[in-house]
Amino acid sequence: MIKAILIFNNHGKPRLSKFYEHYSEDTEQQIIRETFHLVSKRDENVCNFLEGGMLIGGSDNKLIYRHYATLYFVFCVDSSESELGILDLIQVFVETLDKCFENVCELDLIFHVDKVHNILAEMVMGGMVLETNMNEIITQVDAQNKMEKSEAGIAGAPARAVSAVKNMNLPEMPRNINIGDISIKVPNLPSFK
Amino acid sequence: MPAPIRLRELIRTIRTARTQAEEREMIQKECAAIRSSFREEDNTYRCRNVAKLLYMHMLGYPAHFGQLECLKLIASQKFTDKRIGYLGAMLLLDERQDVHLLMTNCIKNDLNHSTQYVQGLALCTLGCMGSSEMCRDLAGEVEKLLKTSNSYLRKKAALCAVHVIRKVPELMEMFLPATKNLLSEKNHGVLHTSVVLLTEMCERSPDMLSHFRKLVPQLVRILKNLIMSGYSPEHDVSGISDPFLQVRILRLLRILGRSDDDSSEAMNDILAQVATNTETSKNVGNAILYETVLTIMDIKSESGLRVLAINILGRFLLNNDKNIRYVALTSLLKTVQTDHNAVQRHRSTIVDCLKDLDVSIKRRAMELSFALVNGNNIRGMMKELLYFLDSCDPEFKADCASGVFLAAEKYAPSKRWHIDTIMRVLTTAGSYVRDDSVPNLIQLITNSVEMHAYTVQRLYKALLDDISQQPLVQVSSWCIGEYGDLLVSGQCEEEEPIQVTEDEVLDVLEGLLVSNLSTPVTRGYALTAIMKLSTRFSSVNRIKKVVSIYGSSIDVELQQRAVEYNALFKKYDHMRPALLERMPIMEKTATNGPTEIVQTNGETEPSVLDTKHPPPVTQPANQVRAGVIISKYAGLHLCNLYIGIPPMTAYNKNGLKIEFTFERANPNPNIAVITIHASNSTEADMTDFVFQAAVPKVSRHSLELILKCLIMKHSRFVQSKLCHSILKTLNLVESWVNMSECESRLT
Repeated sequence: MIKAILIFNNHGKPRLSKFYEHYSEDTEQQIIRETFHLVSKRDENVCNFLEGGMLIGGSDNKLIYRHYATLYFVFCVDSSESELGILDLIQVFVETLDKCFENVCELDLIFHVDKVHNILAEMVMGGMVLETNMNEIITQVDAQNKMEKSEAGIAGAPARAVSAVKNMNLPEMPRNINIGDISIKVPNLPSFK
Repeated sequence: MPAPIRLRELIRTIRTARTQAEEREMIQKECAAIRSSFREEDNTYRCRNVAKLLYMHMLGYPAHFGQLECLKLIASQKFTDKRIGYLGAMLLLDERQDVHLLMTNCIKNDLNHSTQYVQGLALCTLGCMGSSEMCRDLAGEVEKLLKTSNSYLRKKAALCAVHVIRKVPELMEMFLPATKNLLSEKNHGVLHTSVVLLTEMCERSPDMLSHFRKLVPQLVRILKNLIMSGYSPEHDVSGISDPFLQVRILRLLRILGRSDDDSSEAMNDILAQVATNTETSKNVGNAILYETVLTIMDIKSESGLRVLAINILGRFLLNNDKNIRYVALTSLLKTVQTDHNAVQRHRSTIVDCLKDLDVSIKRRAMELSFALVNGNNIRGMMKELLYFLDSCDPEFKADCASGVFLAAEKYAPSKRWHIDTIMRVLTTAGSYVRDDSVPNLIQLITNSVEMHAYTVQRLYKALLDDISQQPLVQVSSWCIGEYGDLLVSGQCEEEEPIQVTEDEVLDVLEGLLVSNLSTPVTRGYALTAIMKLSTRFSSVNRIKKVVSIYGSSIDVELQQRAVEYNALFKKYDHMRPALLERMPIMEKTATNGPTEIVQTNGETEPSVLDTKHPPPVTQPANQVRAGVIISKYAGLHLCNLYIGIPPMTAYNKNGLKIEFTFERANPNPNIAVITIHASNSTEADMTDFVFQAAVPKVSRHSLELILKCLIMKHSRFVQSKLCHSILKTLNLVESWVNMSECESRLT
């Protein structure tokens, strides 16, 4: 079972925190800080597995993390999960985010926390892996987003306009007209003298 | 009231804050705005406000006032509201708040909603934070959804069922009929979650386990299809089709085949196939192989398959990827008990991993190395482990030190090697050894009689170098106290004997007493050691002076000891040699080491002298602390009993020799058995031998004395009288028993 999924940046600021076990608010924040402390100490070329900190269950639980650019993705799991499998799961999660947000970066996670939660909810439910097929996840998330948009009414008009423009199928304007090599045969002028 | 700002605006504003205080101020202002907006019961902007609240909750600010609002959002008809509402419920509510029960009705309605996404939301929330009451109420709905044909809902229902089972195990039976055709699904998502559900059921109940054993052929078929099928783009991860499902199925097979021969039989082929066909260049392939290896080791597989599994692990150990090495070490640790020889083959690679830079790998390698130590490789392994102890991080040193002690105790090839190893550990990681290792070491040193001189010399030299490591200092001072005479006489055979005078030794011990580095316990050891030297050295006056100085020490423990030792010098000088003589060989007790004995060594004197208030015979964990002091005169004062003290001759006159031996009773170690051997070396029989025992009143504990009395005639069996007297004293009787001399009468 997955106990918690945390995303934080290189300075320890939480970008997403989802706990599948009950902790008080203070404990949750402490866990985030403790996990950041443990994970940031790690060198770049060591293995991605760590014993959990004391607050999150000590040595019964493992922290499996991946570091992408400025973000740490940390999954805290117990012994019933396969460590290598979870590593792959993190990879699938990040790729899904990438597809949903188009070249996802930290700012996307900052400004669209709720969307990230929705994507995560399609992948992991109650601490267990629900769906690992990226396309399936994206389809479902898109369908739900569409439902939301259809309900949005007038307030959603600008957003709808933007997405309509994005989805417009314009023929591609030729930007580089490559004429290629035209060899113009220049007549031998001196013969005309 | 102006419209509340959007979430995006809030985030942007918060990001402009440059200090924590500024951020807090912004958030508090926004919280106030949100609170007044909630009070106005505004439906249009509730969703936005709750979204902002969730963001602030993530940053760590209190957001509990939004809990009821989440409920209102859940009850709304709009999908947007429901979405945020359920998310808020999952993040802010849990079963400790009573508010969550109000959700039950909403969830029930939503589980029967026409839109699948709403149903999905409800299932998700129930599966994440449903309490046992909620689960009980809604289990029926979940079960219904488990049977639906909509795969999106089916997979969510399966995981929700897992959560329900975890919360309310009695409801497991309810989901049994729905599991019938779960495995015939085509959709991988449903298959995956079904396998999770089956795994959970099998783990919880042995009946379910036997029920589901019949599914093994079906699982094997599914696994085969996954491996054999060609490229399927939707499930492909780095060239392997749906590795997540493969891993899950392998895990379920492991649980099903664990103690069942038939199922294991059925799985053998597919496991061998997976093991040989999976590509190992990427993490995915290795994940599947890892799971396969674990399964092979757990079920009743044939030996060929097991060897294959261990070889795969051996290959993992040589892999460049640290994660794979970590995983290999973990699994080898699990299998080392059962397949010891196979793992031994990879010993050198494991020992190399000790030098890895990665902390997690080092820890695993250390544990595995200790598991692999045996009589044959002890010397080589110990060299490596001691080198590791020198260079490792402090967090490892305690575990490594105790591991070294255990291994050395079990497999030491010679006493000298054992003591050398212990010395090495004490000098390199002295401050990290566990507290109970000090008495264990002392017992070990006492028992290796021929090494006393060598040991005390080495310990003395170590003490001269460094007095900061407390366990080392404690052991050394104890040894010097015991064997100081050997040290001064320079009798060492193993090593070049050093020349040490009595004064130098006393200087060192006194140095310990005054040093700031010594803990109170160490000071106690040092004082007792000095006292013991009074019988072994000739410079008694100096010792008397030291002891009397500490009679006014601030530390109560030291003061008590010093006062008692002083009394020993003044009033009971005749008893001093007997009290302070060499410790006998100690038996190792099952639970405690001779901790008590070491400490009572110095403390029994006051109890002897004080007959009015007999010492409490306490029984910490399974040990009886008692001691026998037998005076020269005919009188037996039973005060404390040393367990394992050597036989002593109490009386040897006129042909009658009386010896006492002490041992623990079998089977009850709480009973001490004193056996009295009286032998008659005259030609005549001895008659009228009366034996009586005196016990002081013991107020709290019952003292059972079983005294066996045997009289054996010297070499000739002639009419010897055997007398048994068994005396049981239970708290009350105070009777004095005198060992009376009996006249030998000629028959």
